[in-house]
Amino acid sequence: MRNVTIDVKHVTRLEGHGNLAVRVRDGEITSLQLAIVESPRFFESFLRGRMYDEAPHITCRICGICSVGHTTASVKGIEAACGIEVSDQTILLRKLLFFGEQIQSHVLHLYFLAVPDFLGVGSVIPLAATHPDVVRRALRMKKLANDLCAAVGGRHIHPIAMHVGGFTHTPSDEELLGLKRRLEASRADLAETAALFKQLQVPALLRDTEYVALKVTGNGEYAFYDGEIVSTKDPSPTKPADYRNRIVESVVEHSAAKHCRSPQSPSYAVGALARFNNNHGQLHPAARNVAGEVGLKAPCRNPFHNNTAQLVETVHCIESSIALIDTMLQHGLKAEPCVRPQRFDRGVGLAEVPRGLLVHEYMLDDRGRIENANLIIPTGQNLANIEADMRAIVPAMLEAGSSKEEITLRLEMLIRAYDPCISCATHFLDIEWVD
Amino acid sequence: MKPRIAIFSLTGCEGCSLAILELEDQLLAVLDAVEIVNFREGMTERAWDIDIGFVDGAVSTPGDEAEIRHYRESCKVLVAIGACACLGGINTLKNHQLAAEYRGYVYGERAAWFPTTAARPIAAVVKVDYELPGCPMVKEEFLRFVKHLLAGRQFRLPDYAVCVECKKRGNPCLYDRGVVCLGPMTRAGCDAICPTYGSKCEACRGIVSPEALAAAALNLRDQYHVPQEEVLAGLRLYGAYQEEKLP
Repeated sequence: MRNVTIDVKHVTRLEGHGNLAVRVRDGEITSLQLAIVESPRFFESFLRGRMYDEAPHITCRICGICSVGHTTASVKGIEAACGIEVSDQTILLRKLLFFGEQIQSHVLHLYFLAVPDFLGVGSVIPLAATHPDVVRRALRMKKLANDLCAAVGGRHIHPIAMHVGGFTHTPSDEELLGLKRRLEASRADLAETAALFKQLQVPALLRDTEYVALKVTGNGEYAFYDGEIVSTKDPSPTKPADYRNRIVESVVEHSAAKHCRSPQSPSYAVGALARFNNNHGQLHPAARNVAGEVGLKAPCRNPFHNNTAQLVETVHCIESSIALIDTMLQHGLKAEPCVRPQRFDRGVGLAEVPRGLLVHEYMLDDRGRIENANLIIPTGQNLANIEADMRAIVPAMLEAGSSKEEITLRLEMLIRAYDPCISCATHFLDIEWVD
Repeated sequence: MKPRIAIFSLTGCEGCSLAILELEDQLLAVLDAVEIVNFREGMTERAWDIDIGFVDGAVSTPGDEAEIRHYRESCKVLVAIGACACLGGINTLKNHQLAAEYRGYVYGERAAWFPTTAARPIAAVVKVDYELPGCPMVKEEFLRFVKHLLAGRQFRLPDYAVCVECKKRGNPCLYDRGVVCLGPMTRAGCDAICPTYGSKCEACRGIVSPEALAAAALNLRDQYHVPQEEVLAGLRLYGAYQEEKLP
């Protein structure tokens, strides 16, 4: 098979609109694109002129799946620009809300978007008839994660109570105790999930890849909320404010989202597997056990194992949520006013959201209005790497005599394994920052 | 015959489609009562013979316009879900800036690669049969709508302000804390979720009536002395009110 044409308009079971186009002529790839055809969003423009404290509520509307993640990076960026130090209680609540979204997002991706490929169906819907216990388990875990978010933030999609400087609501001890019991009970569902993923045949692909993630230096925690930028090729930490030393953006015509490279590599990966490769030593022991059980070892360079890393992180987040709730119950939560700004300046907020490293940067004027904003989205950072992986997969499968349908499915599975969030990624900024 | 359902997304965050998947307790029952035949975010199969089409997102590009016309032709009943589809949503913030300005700011010299128009609710382009507002859509209201439709009963949105639900829940009024809340002029149906979690109403479900808006505008001016610009900025966030002046 010397000539192959693959065109998939709007790849399914993805968040947002992406087209896959591959041309092979006389055995050579003449073009290969994951075209991002989502509408341009203009969020940086929306932000200009709005007050500093509106940024989290505006930017969380970038994406329904990762709206807690955007809220988190946004409050951190604005607080850095305003000289705000939040209370220990606020950080505990933020982490619990954040874990809720990680669990929700990972479970949604694993069960609703990825698993159908492995079970040979087009969606989770037929599984309701053939594998009802699997679907019920997925819904139970997802609901627990949503309820966790709702107790802290009011709801998962576009959280309400999380603001610059603190929270306008605190969950009651009864709510926390109820959630803790359900989190403990979910260990059985996690074990079943691990058993399911152990059976799935993960395609093989090994390509030398740089993995970029946050890391809490020293003997710190597995980095989600805090940390500095490291990578598997350059482990020396970079401070959040200097993120431009690690992320180099460029514009390509076939994508309404910018591509990214690092000083070390023409493309790099972020996300669960990148976090695992950089932070596996800080995983909760239960998560490390599951990693061992399903055979995930660092460094892992097979992008299809991003799914496996999401499973391992789900275990970590459930166990960490239980520990957070114990701390809250021990100290008791009290209503606190939001901390007020000390100044209006420039600030960077980073967070490891479900799909990887998220950057929010803001410049405020002297009245607290947003003058400039820059947002770098995990999926945007992964796009160049996804294309590089596809360039490795296509010749190998042609060599092995795979059919066009097999190649197409494999490429779609690859794209889904990165769990791209295209609504998020479709905006990029092309301005000169004046220091 | 089960009704054939589709879920589509235009310019937006797809949070309203996601909210349907967050009906975990009722999802299997819903899937039993209807047949989902087109839902890009959740399934591979795609059919175009559709009884009820739900659309989230605003019309914000020439491509969106073509898509929504296609959806209208393919669906017997078309339902706008969420603030973007019902009001234009957060996307309308760009409508108050010059196109050259907001496009150039984000895309620089390459702005022409990415065509865009003013952001509009889908009813500005095609006939819409029902609207389920909110940012995000209220999933319990979605469920109530589906039940009404399956039972052949007329569905109506609440025709009173968020304050009614807020009082019912026993929340202290945010105005007593000096917070400018848009609840008095905003359509109820969200169970006053934002004030319940200590935050002001941001009018994501739209204006309940011109009378409520006029009365609230008067109170804000004469009793609370809030500058008109501040009220307008609040009402513009999700496209609830886009005029240059309050009534």
